[in-house]
Amino acid sequence: MLKDIGKNMNNYKKNLLKKRYNAERRFQWYGKIAIGLALTFLAVFMFQIFSKGYSAFQKTWIVTEVHYDKELLLIDAESPSKDDLENADYYDVAYKAMTSLDPGLPEEEDRQLIQMVSYKYETEVKDLLLKNPDFLGKIVPIKLTASDDVDQVHKGNYPRDIPEKNRRVNDYQLQIYDMLNERGDILSEFNISFFTSPDSREAELAGIASSFMGTVFSILVCLAFSFPIAVLAAIYLEEFAPKNKFTDFIEVNINNLAAVPSIVFGLLGLGILLAVFNLPRSTPLVGGITLSLMTLPTIIIAARASLKAVPPSIREAALAMGASNMQTTMHHTVPLSMPGTLSGTIIGLAQALGETAPLILIGMVAFVNTIPGTPVDPAASLPVQIYIWSESAERGFVEKVSACIMVLLAFLILMNLAAQIVRHKFEKKWS
Amino acid sequence: MNLILVTFIILLAFTSYYFGRKKALVIQSSQRLTALPKFYGYYLAAWCAAPALIIFALWSVFEPSIVKTFILQDYTDQNLTKNELQLIYTKVKALAAGTYTGNITNFLDESANKYIQLKGIANSAKVAIILAILILSLSFAYRSVQKNDRMREPVEIFLKWVLFVASLGAVLVTIGIVFSLLFEAIRFFQAVKIFDFIFGTHWYPAKTFVRDGQPDPELMKDAFGAVPLFAGTFFIAFIAMCVAIPIGLLSGIYLSEYAGRGVRKYAKPIIEILAGIPTVVYGFFAALTVGPFVKEIGNAMGLEVSAESALAAGAVMGVMIIPFISSLSDDVITAVPQNLRDGSYAMGATKSETVKKVIFPAALPGIVGSILLAVSRAVGETMIVVMASGLAANLTMNPLESTSTITAQIVVILIGDQQFGDPKTQSAFALGISLFIVTLFLNVIALSVVKRYREKYE
Repeated sequence: MLKDIGKNMNNYKKNLLKKRYNAERRFQWYGKIAIGLALTFLAVFMFQIFSKGYSAFQKTWIVTEVHYDKELLLIDAESPSKDDLENADYYDVAYKAMTSLDPGLPEEEDRQLIQMVSYKYETEVKDLLLKNPDFLGKIVPIKLTASDDVDQVHKGNYPRDIPEKNRRVNDYQLQIYDMLNERGDILSEFNISFFTSPDSREAELAGIASSFMGTVFSILVCLAFSFPIAVLAAIYLEEFAPKNKFTDFIEVNINNLAAVPSIVFGLLGLGILLAVFNLPRSTPLVGGITLSLMTLPTIIIAARASLKAVPPSIREAALAMGASNMQTTMHHTVPLSMPGTLSGTIIGLAQALGETAPLILIGMVAFVNTIPGTPVDPAASLPVQIYIWSESAERGFVEKVSACIMVLLAFLILMNLAAQIVRHKFEKKWS
Repeated sequence: MNLILVTFIILLAFTSYYFGRKKALVIQSSQRLTALPKFYGYYLAAWCAAPALIIFALWSVFEPSIVKTFILQDYTDQNLTKNELQLIYTKVKALAAGTYTGNITNFLDESANKYIQLKGIANSAKVAIILAILILSLSFAYRSVQKNDRMREPVEIFLKWVLFVASLGAVLVTIGIVFSLLFEAIRFFQAVKIFDFIFGTHWYPAKTFVRDGQPDPELMKDAFGAVPLFAGTFFIAFIAMCVAIPIGLLSGIYLSEYAGRGVRKYAKPIIEILAGIPTVVYGFFAALTVGPFVKEIGNAMGLEVSAESALAAGAVMGVMIIPFISSLSDDVITAVPQNLRDGSYAMGATKSETVKKVIFPAALPGIVGSILLAVSRAVGETMIVVMASGLAANLTMNPLESTSTITAQIVVILIGDQQFGDPKTQSAFALGISLFIVTLFLNVIALSVVKRYREKYE
């Protein structure tokens, strides 16, 4: 009897132990699964962006022949000057260049052919002649930017098997496309214009030059405003501030400011910078100042941390040599803390770089089709460009958005690398 | 004009630095210096630049409003409202700048002439006053230099003041936020009762389209009820937390208690990449990939799913927040003293039992603090919601329908051209201030919880 109870107890203990070990293993697995999920999200995310975006770095051209006929250009002069070429009428020449692809097409259907190239094809025809004036009167091959629909067909992003009426490229256009493709008259080249041209309503012409410059200007303005103020403030709070209610208040203030939602800073920019100070709307100047208010607490916190990390022995040595407090700080503590401060600043700027909502509020979403030359010209910024394009219905913009995201992420990675390098290369280790 | 003046002051400051230093070297030949020569230079430069720049800044801030009062004095007898006066002033300014295209009345023309005249007077007065101040302060400073006073102390005191003023910058930003929000919000609450705003259940600001400059008070009453937005905000934040808390917390625990050094070294920074991706990118991802995916799954299960569902936005937001919770809770758990663990192991507990019954309760305040910080982040998140969760403010608890949030509505209202003085525009500021209060509240609690927790173990 007693033996049985003992045996039962033993079994019970064994089972319990088994259960506990199983629970242990399960718990470990939960942790692993959680990390695995987080990493999977990141991987899926990156895969989506890259698989959708890489094709935007390719541009599709349609090759055809253009006849620079003097009569059609309405040029009378025997040896026309540059002005004559500039003012000539290219409509017919460009039109003929496209319709010659299928001479048998009735005139009222020719829109279908014209729609296969970008609406700026006339300018492209003109630019080629202006570059090579001796083409006048000759028949020469020309590359025309394909419309975004043809572009998408060529990249294989466009389903061909859906009913014709649901497609933006009709059967006839597909037929022409196939014919051209077979002849090798559809070219795919690296898309330089994506980096050099400003925004456009047409996906095939849109580029990131304007928003890129907008971003650069905003970040520079942001740096110019936030860095000096933040560093000076950090020096005061860490080295000189007396311990009293007021400095406590400033500290609490900075900590809370770091957690205020970014959109509130946008409201601040709108309500004060635009409405009270009347700064120019939609410009990187206002955007940069708004972002600088956001990065201010980030930089102050980083700068204070790195000032704190300078060991007191440095200060004591300087003071012992007869330096004043200010000299000790400015000659010894601050230079030694600079690597940490700088890397914190770069990280703060990287955060500001990805910020969208405050810039939308101060009007940087306006459609800008010029490349800004100064911080007071209207501009967008890369994240805002992503927003603008992703709101657009055209299929061609999806890959543009993904490509723009790739550029933005590359920018961010570079900045974070720079922060790492500054920190590891220049920071002194105190042990 | 202003640029020339400022450059002039700054150039003068540089010259006076060299001049002061040179003077110190001259003094050195006859008597002992009381400070390093460069302090003589700094002293002069500071006296040159600081007073002039301060006066310049004050002048620039106050000049426009003074000119405005002078111009609008002529219109006081016409019994105009504030908005009409503002309109007239804008016209006068445009006319003076030569960009006005409306029809010009005599009165307007007169005002524009007066404006140009006033501006001219103000400009010359500004230059004269600043020059006078430069001469006064420089001559005063030069006398001190000549007398060979102690130069280092005043320079250092001045520097200290500069540092102090810079540290006020952060406070200034907060004051700026509060004032810009309050100013417009108060005007909003003059038009809409605060009670209607907080407890109303219809949000439809487009209804109050202003006709003849006057919105319809009856419509106003029913258009600005913010309850659907508050509910939507917390609903989406709740969905985000349902994703972020389990994944974040478990990975935080795994990283701090189980993971080897190699895993920790690589997994932690990789997970933190998730926090570094701009929110607009998440928004695009949610709208283009997750939204349709959720819809497809829902349709396959026979459910009606909106393409812009709260679920998609919330889930993506949750992914964004994972690293906040995982690294904060990792820090908090690592801070739990080792002797608590040792005690638990000594009693025969397994690792997971130690985590669940000893470490987790000990770290709970810190974890709660980090979760509150994450909630505050979710509440303030804008772009994901704007892009993935629709813009119509439905009062719903169905995660498959579209809802809107405070932040999304602010963007919807303020995108494009705004007219100040319109209750619709002002309502964005009222939403902004409620958002500010909510996040401030969450942060203050979270920070104090975390602080108290740290003090307990340090």
